[in-house]
Amino acid sequence: MKQDSMKRLLRGLAATVLLGFAAIAGAAQPAPALPGDSIYQLPLPLTDSNGQTRDWRALRGKPRLVSMFYTSCQYICPLIVESGKAVERQLTPAQQKQLGVALISMDPARDDPAALKKVVEQRKLDAARWTLASPRADDVRAVAGVLGIRYRQLADGEFNHSSALILVDADGRILARTEKIGSQPDPDFVAAVRKAVGG
Amino acid sequence: MRARLAAPLLVLGLVVLPLAGLAAGAVAGRYAGIPGGQFKSVLGYEDAKNGVRVKTFALMRKPVTNAEFLAFLGRHPEWRRDRVAGVFAESRYLSHWAGPDTLGPNALPDRPVVWVSWFAAEAYCKSLDARLPTWNEWEYAAAADETRVDARSDPAWRERILGWYARSSKDALPRVGLQSPNVYGVQDLHGLVWEWTEDASSLMVDGDNRNQGDPDKGKFCGAGALSMNDRENYAVLMRVAMLSSLEGRDATANMGFRCARSAP
Repeated sequence: MKQDSMKRLLRGLAATVLLGFAAIAGAAQPAPALPGDSIYQLPLPLTDSNGQTRDWRALRGKPRLVSMFYTSCQYICPLIVESGKAVERQLTPAQQKQLGVALISMDPARDDPAALKKVVEQRKLDAARWTLASPRADDVRAVAGVLGIRYRQLADGEFNHSSALILVDADGRILARTEKIGSQPDPDFVAAVRKAVGG
Repeated sequence: MRARLAAPLLVLGLVVLPLAGLAAGAVAGRYAGIPGGQFKSVLGYEDAKNGVRVKTFALMRKPVTNAEFLAFLGRHPEWRRDRVAGVFAESRYLSHWAGPDTLGPNALPDRPVVWVSWFAAEAYCKSLDARLPTWNEWEYAAAADETRVDARSDPAWRERILGWYARSSKDALPRVGLQSPNVYGVQDLHGLVWEWTEDASSLMVDGDNRNQGDPDKGKFCGAGALSMNDRENYAVLMRVAMLSSLEGRDATANMGFRCARSAP
């Protein structure tokens, strides 16, 4: 434990020195190192509803609700979108601006940008706050792993999956999660979101 | 793999044959080929009532050892226990090793590596251009005994496996490869350690006996929930319960792994 905190201290010092040099050199400051328990430790290229592919580290910088879904799901997945909206409704407009929502597809074979865009439009999602995106097929298991979401693809292409809304801070650390999906959000979860967006 | 290597061997001719032959042997020797087939899993998949189709694949003959995992850490130090990101491995990851790059008395080189997370196991296999086996592949290979591809209905086979569960988990692990190979040439699928599968997080079964066959449907989206087809096969059911209870960053004293490859 002592050794750990020593190491952390040294790492912190090293980072400070590096930042100092960068400032002297007039270079743009590099993004601070990710915490070890950040979900963004996982390299994850995502292709969003506009067809843009970026690593999900681009989502750093503000707290976010994160979940997994797929667009052709008839039952629970529309409820996941609904849950995100229900949480947003509990916030003031100023707080809403501070919060992002990222829905990651577990069905990249079918969820191309057009399919994702359709959901954005049908559900009238604010593109400034909501990101709907697909990972590469090989990465689905790993992103589900860091989010603690379980799923199985069925013979007919549908999925059997656990549903959760996960709140992460600006650096991708998980602050809270709820399995209560629907239009009546879990009050404890809402309280955690309010705290994360500053009040 | 063997087919892929055969062509260059013919072209290269006799001069380099011994060397190339060694390389081919290293790959072919570490994996056993498993011919595909139709398979009735111990899990009752509602969406696959007539069984699942397993494609031909290759499976490591033995679980990955401490020595092999140590060699991997030499090539990929980001997976050392003092460097790994917490999101990929809990604090007990490789905690039985004497140091981040030292095995020590509790982790002898020829023992299966344990206290490894799913993420670390996956990274190891990827580094060899391989992958973790799927649950169906694992169960399919593990249904065999020394002479039969499916020995599961034999009470003696079941008894033998259950004998292992009676052993104290506090005893030191034996070395890999002590058990006789099954009909495919694969060893230690039962009787040594639990093993990660690629889709461990697809096993959404409540391990609690009272709920077997009646998973909490509210917890999971969609139809096709799992139930237990074969409640007599405790050995395999315990594996399912174990895997369904773990998260990807978890590590336990008895959880190891081996890698698989798809047929070219």
